[in-house]
Amino acid sequence: MGTACRSTGVQHMTSNNASIEIRDLYKIFGKSPARYVEAVRAGMTKAELSKAHGQILGLNNINISMPAGKIQVVMGLSGSGKSTLIRHINRLIEPTSGSIMIDGRDVLDMSELELREFRRNHTAMVFQRFGLLPHRTVIDNVTFGLEVRGVEAAKSRDTAMRWIDRVGLSGFETRYPNELSGGMQQRVGLARALSNNASILLMDEAYSALDPLIRTDMQTMLLELQTELKKTIVFITHDLDEALRLGDQIVILRDGSIIQQGDSQDILLRPADDYIERFVKDVNRGRFIKVDAVMEPPPQSDGRSLPKLKSGLTLETAAKELTNSSFDSAYVTGDGGQPLGLISLRQITAALSSGSAA
Amino acid sequence: MDWLFKFPQLDPEFLLAVKRAIDGALKALTRGYGQSIEDFFYPLQRVLIFFENTISNAPWPLVVIAIAVIAWFAARRWTVVAAVIGTLIAIGLLGLWQDAMKTISLVFTSTLFAIAIGIPLGILMNRYRRLGGVMQTVLDVMQTMPPFVYLIPVVMLLGIGRVPGFIAVVIYAIPPIIRLTDLGIRLVDKEVLEAADAYGCSRSQKLWKVQIPLAMPTIMAGINQTIMMALGMVVIASMIGVQGLGLNVLQAIANQYFTQGIFNGFAIVGIAIIFDRISQAYGHRLQKHRGAAHD
Repeated sequence: MGTACRSTGVQHMTSNNASIEIRDLYKIFGKSPARYVEAVRAGMTKAELSKAHGQILGLNNINISMPAGKIQVVMGLSGSGKSTLIRHINRLIEPTSGSIMIDGRDVLDMSELELREFRRNHTAMVFQRFGLLPHRTVIDNVTFGLEVRGVEAAKSRDTAMRWIDRVGLSGFETRYPNELSGGMQQRVGLARALSNNASILLMDEAYSALDPLIRTDMQTMLLELQTELKKTIVFITHDLDEALRLGDQIVILRDGSIIQQGDSQDILLRPADDYIERFVKDVNRGRFIKVDAVMEPPPQSDGRSLPKLKSGLTLETAAKELTNSSFDSAYVTGDGGQPLGLISLRQITAALSSGSAA
Repeated sequence: MDWLFKFPQLDPEFLLAVKRAIDGALKALTRGYGQSIEDFFYPLQRVLIFFENTISNAPWPLVVIAIAVIAWFAARRWTVVAAVIGTLIAIGLLGLWQDAMKTISLVFTSTLFAIAIGIPLGILMNRYRRLGGVMQTVLDVMQTMPPFVYLIPVVMLLGIGRVPGFIAVVIYAIPPIIRLTDLGIRLVDKEVLEAADAYGCSRSQKLWKVQIPLAMPTIMAGINQTIMMALGMVVIASMIGVQGLGLNVLQAIANQYFTQGIFNGFAIVGIAIIFDRISQAYGHRLQKHRGAAHD
C-alpha cells in the first residue's frame, strides 16, 4: 500500500519541530453552541451560560504555545476541561471556535481524510484506562497503529518488539491485556503510542489509574525516554506532584479557563491565585524548587572561597550539601563553572517554608 | 341503551369489502406472478434440498462424527462432545434419525441465512440512527406477531413445502440476531473506540478491527437465540408441509398418539440442547480475554 512508504518518510523526521499553537479556542457543549461564543467572549461565565441557556462551557479562550520537543503538562481537577482540551489537539472533539496550528497546519481546517492521515502519522495517544483491545495480544495491540497505517506486518512486528522491550515487557508479547496488571497494561499503551513514531504524544491522565509507586516508575521511564526521543508531549493530570515532576511547561485550568501558565518554579513561587496556592501548599517544595529560582545575583568581586552548587539543583539537595559543608552560603555555577548567583541557607529555608519566597 | 353494550364497529359490509379487496389483490398477485415467484426461489429450493439430502443420505456414523468435531472445535470440552454424541445416539435409537436430520438441516440453513442477513442489518441499524428507530418498531411487531400469522401470506404466495417453510422460519428467527448485533456494537467500550479514532482508523477499519470483534460475544448470544427460535418455528412450520420431527408432533396431536408426541418432543429438545451447547460454549470461549481482570 502507498501508506507504507509515507510512514518511512515520517521516520526520518524524528527530530521534531511539531510545536502546537492553540489560539482563541472555545468549546461549548450543547444544542447550538455557535450562538453563544460571542456571549462567552463578552464575559459570560460558565455558571451563567449553564443557567440561562443550558449550554455547558467546556473551554474558554484557551491560548497556549506548546514548544516542540518539550513536555507540556495541563493540570486541573475533574470538570476543568483538561481532557476536553487534549482531545482538540487530534480533534476527537470538534471545537466551537479557534485554531490549533501544528507544523504550519490548522488541525481544525483539515478534511476528514487529512485528519485521518494526521492522526495516523503525526500523533499518538495514551489513555487513562489504557484503551487496549482486549481480544488482541500485547504484540497485536502494540502494532495496532502501524496496522491501521498499512505498514507491512513483518516490519511493524519488528518495531513493536523493540518498543515492547524498551518499556520492559519482553516475554509478555503473547499475553492478553486482562492477564496484566494496570501498570503493565499502561506500558502496552505507551509502547503502542511510541511504535507509531509520531512527533506528538498525547497522554490523557495516562498514569492516574495506577498505584503511586508504579506511577513514579512510569514517570521516571517517560523522562528517560524523553531525553532521547524529544517528542512534543502533552500530558494531562490532576496531580500537582506529577505536573511539577514532568512538566517543562505547566498550564493550570479551572472551569475551562487557564488560570496560570509557566514552569514549575513559576507555579510554586508565584501562584496566580488562592486556588493554585491551595494546591501548592501540600507539595514538597524542596523537591521541586531549584536553586536558580531563589539565588541572588553574584557579587562583583568576591575573594571568599565558597562551595559551589550546580545550577538546576533542587533546594532539598542544596540544603543537604550546604549543611554538610561548614559554610552557610554557596555559589550557584553554570555548566562551565562560571558563577551565576549566590545562595544562602537562610534563603533556602525561607523559600521552603513560605508561600511566596521571592 | 343497546349501544353501550355493543361496541360500535365499522359497517360489516365495508369490512367485508376491505378484506375481499386485500385478499383479492394477494390472490391476483399469486395468480399473476406465482410462477415467476416460484422461479425466483427455485435456486433456494435447490440449496435446501441439497443440504437435506447431504445430511440425510450420509452414513450416520459420519454425521455423528462431524457434529462431534464441530462441538469440539466450538467448546474444546469433552463433556460437551460426549453429551452431543449421546443425544444423537438416543435420537437414532428412537427411530427418529431421518426426521431429525431433516429438522437439523432446515434449522441449520435458515440460521445461516438469518445470520447472513441479520448481522449486516444490525450494523446498518447501529450506524444510521433513524433507520435504527424504524427497525426497532418493525422488530417489535415481528417479535409479538403470533408465528402462525407468518404462515398465511407465505403459503398464499408459495404454496406448501420447504421454501415457504424456510422463509417463515427465517422471518421468525431473525429479530434477535439483528437486535443483538446492534446492541453488541453499542456496548463497545468508549475509550477503545476513542483509541481507534485517535490512531486514525477509517470507518471500516474501526468496524472490522474493533467493533465487530468486541461485539462478538453479544452477537453469539444473538445467534444462539436465533437458532432456538428457528427450531421452535420449524416445528410450527410443519403445518405448511415442512417435514421432520415437527410433522410427527402434528400427527400425534391430530391422532392423540401420546407416546409418538413425547418421543418427538424429546428429540426436538435434544437437538435444541446440541445447538445451544455448541453455540454457547463458543460464545464463552470468545469471552475468555474480554473480562477486565484488573481494574
